[in-house]
Amino acid sequence: MSKQLFIQDSVIIRNGKVIVNGKIIHETDADQKLSSFLKSIYKKQNFKYPKFFKMDSLSKLGYLASEILFKNKEPESKTALVFSNAASSLDTDKAYAETMNDFPSPSVFVYTLPNIMLGEISIRFQLRSENIFLINEEFDPGYYIDYSKVLFEEGKASKIVCGWVDLHNSDYDVFLCQISPGEGYDFNEEELKKLYLPTHE
Amino acid sequence: MKRNYLLSDSIISPLGFGTVENLESIHRGRSALNFHKNPIFSEDGVYAGIIPEKIINEAFNQIGNPELYTKLEKLIILAIQEVLNENPGLKLQDTGLIISTTKGNIDQLGKNEFPEERLYLWKMAEVIASFFGFEKKPVVVSNACISGALAIKTANDLISAGRFAKVIVAGGDLVSDFVLSGFQSFQAISPEPCRPFSNDRQGISLGEAAAAILIGPNGKEKEKIAYVDACTANDANHISGPSRTGEGLYLSISRLLSACNIFPEEIGFLSAHGTATTYNDEMEAIAFNRTGLEKIPVNSFKGYYGHTLGTSALIETILTKHSLLKNELFASVNFSESGVSKPLNLIKQHIHKELKLALKTASGFGGCNLAMLLKKETDE
Repeated sequence: MSKQLFIQDSVIIRNGKVIVNGKIIHETDADQKLSSFLKSIYKKQNFKYPKFFKMDSLSKLGYLASEILFKNKEPESKTALVFSNAASSLDTDKAYAETMNDFPSPSVFVYTLPNIMLGEISIRFQLRSENIFLINEEFDPGYYIDYSKVLFEEGKASKIVCGWVDLHNSDYDVFLCQISPGEGYDFNEEELKKLYLPTHE
Repeated sequence: MKRNYLLSDSIISPLGFGTVENLESIHRGRSALNFHKNPIFSEDGVYAGIIPEKIINEAFNQIGNPELYTKLEKLIILAIQEVLNENPGLKLQDTGLIISTTKGNIDQLGKNEFPEERLYLWKMAEVIASFFGFEKKPVVVSNACISGALAIKTANDLISAGRFAKVIVAGGDLVSDFVLSGFQSFQAISPEPCRPFSNDRQGISLGEAAAAILIGPNGKEKEKIAYVDACTANDANHISGPSRTGEGLYLSISRLLSACNIFPEEIGFLSAHGTATTYNDEMEAIAFNRTGLEKIPVNSFKGYYGHTLGTSALIETILTKHSLLKNELFASVNFSESGVSKPLNLIKQHIHKELKLALKTASGFGGCNLAMLLKKETDE
């Protein structure tokens, strides 16, 4: 039978805040422009990864969140990426469409797929692991759980990063968490929902 | 573990409405790739596989009002309808719907013909699901050019996890100015119909199509095609360029074969991705040689359809299923002479061959790769 799975670290990027395991580690004015906010996280965290600057905002969000998640420990090689969002790459699609009639830009076009973010994260951490990108109307924990459990049961992953990285009209919403056997919060819908949308009681 | 099977299927493409018509076209060696005028190109046009909307509307009129749906929605709905027609007893309350697409209704961007929210892939999926009355929320797999096969893997895994009893996987993508101009900006579009793995290949041709397939346990036919397993692996090398060593494709195939205890020589047919760009086809040749598949009969279906993006691996899986059932290897159309640095056994004409096991592979932007094994099972 399947091994019991648990949720370890989690990262949220939302409303001008970066929250790691429930603690705010970076905060700016929620009205700040997205590009400046992303750059401020990169600088404050002291990341040194020049490829960051050529990414579109969606990939930057995914990259930054994963860099923060893996900050103290590089991921194991069998760390699978199970990601989803609602708006696919629509912001970048619109940006590309602006260039389309004059000089179509290959460097923008390449980011008009949501799974490019998985490529960026895989390159940064040299992960040659299982990847999938799903689109759901909203954060839907059940899909992460079902898809991830089968990856574990079949021995295709030793850890999984479940990610929700959504961007539309510059509104962003990022939630990443790491799943593996061992210890942590139970890997179920209720716990995932609580971690995704913490309520301050 | 209980196996799932590739049950009824449908392909809606320029080569025909329904799998039967598509297989007939392939038998006759027909290609969907014709010259279409388009001002994006300096030659005044481009070779592509395009379905005239008039034909789609004529077919769609039988089941709904064509004005209420986008071109892509109509194509996907037509594909699903055919699968449902073949399965009148299918219970929609416990059947999942998984949509594979890369760009969905992207041709509608900047137009005001439909509500803007139809640009959301989840919304398009919801419109399709409610046309038929699926009770469970649909989910979309959008993982570049491996989407179609990855959606089949997802269907299998979500059935295994107990989420659905059966799943209809349906995919579609259009030939849009958005995608044409993008690939043109990469100088990746061929000035003539694409020639996968050939020494005179000059890039891809794009095609549009939709397809649908029912996945589930309990195939009742005497001979049926089982989904055995699939693995994905990222190149971790480049977001748009194929790996020079074919690393991700090599890993996805070798992990799959070792997980299933299959030796390369047991595989009867290899359905490659074969886009006909210089680097992609070379990458595949290297990966196939590294995994010991150089002698396995191989084809690319891109010469028939063009690259149909999020549908391509779905269509090619359906065609592979029928290859296995019919014991027939389909020629890699438009192949001239080998133009890759490693040996491959390209299928030059349709031939009869007893088949049991087939391997489907796909690769895409973002460095993604997938390998899937299909097996024919015969009841005694």
